[in-house]
Amino acid sequence: MRKYLLPLAIFVLVAIFLWRGLFLNPREVPSPLIGKSIPEFSLPKLEKENSVVTSKTFDGKVWVLNVFASWCTPCLDEHPMLMELASQNRVIVVGLNYKDGFQSAADWLGKHGNPYSAVAVDIDGLVGMDFGVYGVPETFLIDKSGVIRYKKIGPLSSIDIQDELLPLVESLQ
Amino acid sequence: MIPEIGHFLIILALWVSVAQTLICFGGAVRSSPRLIAFPRYSSYVIFLLTLAGFCCLATSFLADDFSVLNVASNSNSQLPWPYKLAASWGSHEGSLLLWVLMLSGWMSAVSLFSKQMPDEMRSLILGVMSAIAIGFYLFMLLTSNPFDRLLPPAADGRDLNPLLQDPGMVIHPPMLYMGYVGFSVVFAFAIGALISGKLDSTWARWSRPWTTAAWCFLTVGIALGSWWAYYELGWGGWWFWDPVENASFMPWLCGTALIHSLSVTEKRGSFKIWTVLLSIITFSLSLLGTFLVRSGVLTSVHAFATDPERGVFILGFLIVVIGASLLLFAWRAPKVGLGGNFNFISRESALLANNVLLVVAAASVLLGTLYPLFLDAMGLGKISVGPPYFDAIFFPLMAPAMFLMGIGPVLRWKNAKTLELATKLKWAFAISLVSAIIVPMVMGSWSVFVSIGLLLGFWIVVSGLVNLLEQIRRLRMGSERTIFQVINSLPRSYYGMLVAHVGVAVFIFGVTLVKGYEEERDVKLAVGESVDLSGYRFSLASLDDLIGPNYSGVKGTVFVHGDDGKLVSTLYPEKRFYHVQRMPMTEAAIDTGLFRDLYVSLGEALEDGSWVVRVYLKPFVDWIWGGAFLMALGGLLAISDKKYRSKRRSAPNQVAISS
Amino acid sequence: MIKKFFLFTAYSFFLSLSFLSTAEQSSELSADFQEKVKSISAELRCLVCQNQTIADSNASLAVDLRNQVSRMLRQGKSEQEIKQYMVERYGDFVLYDPPVKERTWALWFGPFLLLALAIAFLVSNQLKRRAEPDSALNSADREDLRALLRGDKDQL
Repeated sequence: MRKYLLPLAIFVLVAIFLWRGLFLNPREVPSPLIGKSIPEFSLPKLEKENSVVTSKTFDGKVWVLNVFASWCTPCLDEHPMLMELASQNRVIVVGLNYKDGFQSAADWLGKHGNPYSAVAVDIDGLVGMDFGVYGVPETFLIDKSGVIRYKKIGPLSSIDIQDELLPLVESLQ
Repeated sequence: MIPEIGHFLIILALWVSVAQTLICFGGAVRSSPRLIAFPRYSSYVIFLLTLAGFCCLATSFLADDFSVLNVASNSNSQLPWPYKLAASWGSHEGSLLLWVLMLSGWMSAVSLFSKQMPDEMRSLILGVMSAIAIGFYLFMLLTSNPFDRLLPPAADGRDLNPLLQDPGMVIHPPMLYMGYVGFSVVFAFAIGALISGKLDSTWARWSRPWTTAAWCFLTVGIALGSWWAYYELGWGGWWFWDPVENASFMPWLCGTALIHSLSVTEKRGSFKIWTVLLSIITFSLSLLGTFLVRSGVLTSVHAFATDPERGVFILGFLIVVIGASLLLFAWRAPKVGLGGNFNFISRESALLANNVLLVVAAASVLLGTLYPLFLDAMGLGKISVGPPYFDAIFFPLMAPAMFLMGIGPVLRWKNAKTLELATKLKWAFAISLVSAIIVPMVMGSWSVFVSIGLLLGFWIVVSGLVNLLEQIRRLRMGSERTIFQVINSLPRSYYGMLVAHVGVAVFIFGVTLVKGYEEERDVKLAVGESVDLSGYRFSLASLDDLIGPNYSGVKGTVFVHGDDGKLVSTLYPEKRFYHVQRMPMTEAAIDTGLFRDLYVSLGEALEDGSWVVRVYLKPFVDWIWGGAFLMALGGLLAISDKKYRSKRRSAPNQVAISS
Repeated sequence: MIKKFFLFTAYSFFLSLSFLSTAEQSSELSADFQEKVKSISAELRCLVCQNQTIADSNASLAVDLRNQVSRMLRQGKSEQEIKQYMVERYGDFVLYDPPVKERTWALWFGPFLLLALAIAFLVSNQLKRRAEPDSALNSADREDLRALLRGDKDQL
């Protein structure tokens, strides 16, 4: 009788989903900000006292916002990629120093190299919260009209840069 | 050498399991008497081999053998020895060894206590169990070997997670596993029935005590886990609908439905196909739980460290076992036959309704737990499903089931009269209603939620009492016996039911009253300061240094005084810092009372030397676990009923009439 | 000496946790307010934790979010507005109470639908079986007979 096959059918359906689930990452949270305008902010600039970096500073250009901190170990892992990216001069790289200190950030950049055209300092992390930052490092790609097009959670790998970031930069230029 | 011996013993256990499985199914097919006797003894051998293997692992832990990877990852020389022992099952690999130990244990028990069972049936059952065992041994040996070496050996271990260094956590996993694994017995019975095509009340009579026993263990295991979370995690919560908690709760819900369904199949011969399906579902949920905890598919504090390779293996195993059993069900269920008819108003109906509600509840928990995965897998984004969802769905489903708990035992089998029912229970309802209104007034405030909860609780207790009085009255009619003799003559399984149901009521009271009336204050306290909560004054008298075997920290002394100024209790909350894992732990201090818990925990230290302290008043919270233990006690009483200890051996052609 | 070292380490660690502590909270002594912060926080998920609410977690992000909830409450924002704020930044994932949208209809209505289906199935099953006349002794009646023969109290 057909009805006795129902439990098996339900199980097969569940098993398919479980199988798919093995290849997903339940802890990665996609950003709801993709396709939306970048949140407004105005933060002190690391390199120049009494100067600010705002959400409008890079209007009209395609730019990357990289969230980093001196206390963040994976940030060190992605740092060479950022240096490489900055040196290619295809896109502006801006840093958001998250829940850190002016001195520690400056020291860290001095020690490891500075790929950023500018660094905005977010001491209490509130701007980060507006960006939906939940872990460091995170990287955003913003287009000429100030709309967020891409978010990477975790350290950037060269594959991320080659296969995802740069092609997108090209199409937005 | 010892780890290698342990490893070898497990490999041997695997081979004997393979032999047993082949012989059982081969023997059943060929009906050779010599082959049929084999599984009884091979079961014992498998158990002894596994036990010896487990002892080898435990020895490695107790001897601080850090050349064994598992010991180096989960233990430490400073760890107190009971926790070293517990660490042997604290990791993924070790817990698998515990699983197979329990499985082989249950298998031996079935072998030991099945003298009245026809040999063919026993053979099938033991064959199914050893087949399952093969899967677990293979999984362990191929992907999760607890005996792997670490060379060169570590100087010392990474210590057991401080959260697990607690007596509650030591017993909780073994109890849980006894429950999960115990359901494999009724599963094997069901497969045996499907293969042989024989399913009658005798089958149900055999299955019942095994199922109830597994259910008792699972009840205790879940209760212990909840209680542990309450006193250990520091903020007084006891259930989070976390995926791993749900993974244990689903088999429990279905197991509860199953013990009720089995009673109908035993006494009335009805629900046969349903009971077989439910047996398969319950154990499948146990296996699913194993998958969820180890595969990394869901995020949970309880999950073991994960590895896609392991996830794939377990899923494959799941597909084989569950898929094959459901396929067998689809093919052979009609052979099992239907049972008798019954009226819409009858005990069968009430128990059927109970089953429907419990299984739908289990399905809802499954839906909520897996839903984020479903959406993610279909590319529909990520959501979270937490307590607000589960609470909103679970309580409305369970409330009718609890209402039925009062009615079911009073209904007659097959055909009951509504009028008769209403007459018997009208007083029970009236008393329950009145009590449900009075108690909130005594407690100080009223809410719908509290009243409904209390109504259900009182309803179960009072209708149970009405039922008991009715039975006594009925048996005394026309007989010379004293009340005492009548009470003694009622079967233990009847008392088991009453006690278990009262346990549910006690549980409901606990949940309702604690959720309705708990209070909390979070304050900054310096030594000498105090905080008031609901008529109690908590004063922080001192803060002292604390040194433990593998931790150090701060111990506070808090005096609690009542309204009248008298000292109610002195509490010593601690904040510990475990050196090896560099992890802080809160040890809450609790004054346990029958009607309320006073709960104090230390939060964080502040710069001026004061601390953030949390104090809670939790009315009737211990009734939650008290109720659960009563449920398990009820189950125990039911199993000890003398009908299960009958020594009469049924010859094949008498199976239909005897026992 | 070693003991003193351990104690010092422990205490420093606990002290450092205070920076994570809700500095906002200690200035707001009203129990009602704390209650409100707690109840809203209990429905928000800590994104860096392994399934905990921001009320229960001591992770840095959890504390930040708790402070934000507290801040917004003091500004007079409603629970709805606070949750909206969180969802705008972190998506639906941050809510433990899944919103009722098209994609969650199956979640919210599924259980009751299942219950209705189960009842419908059982009722139709019973009616079908009632339509067939009860032949000879079926298994249920056989059970009754057995019980009677052995004077069983088991039928309680």
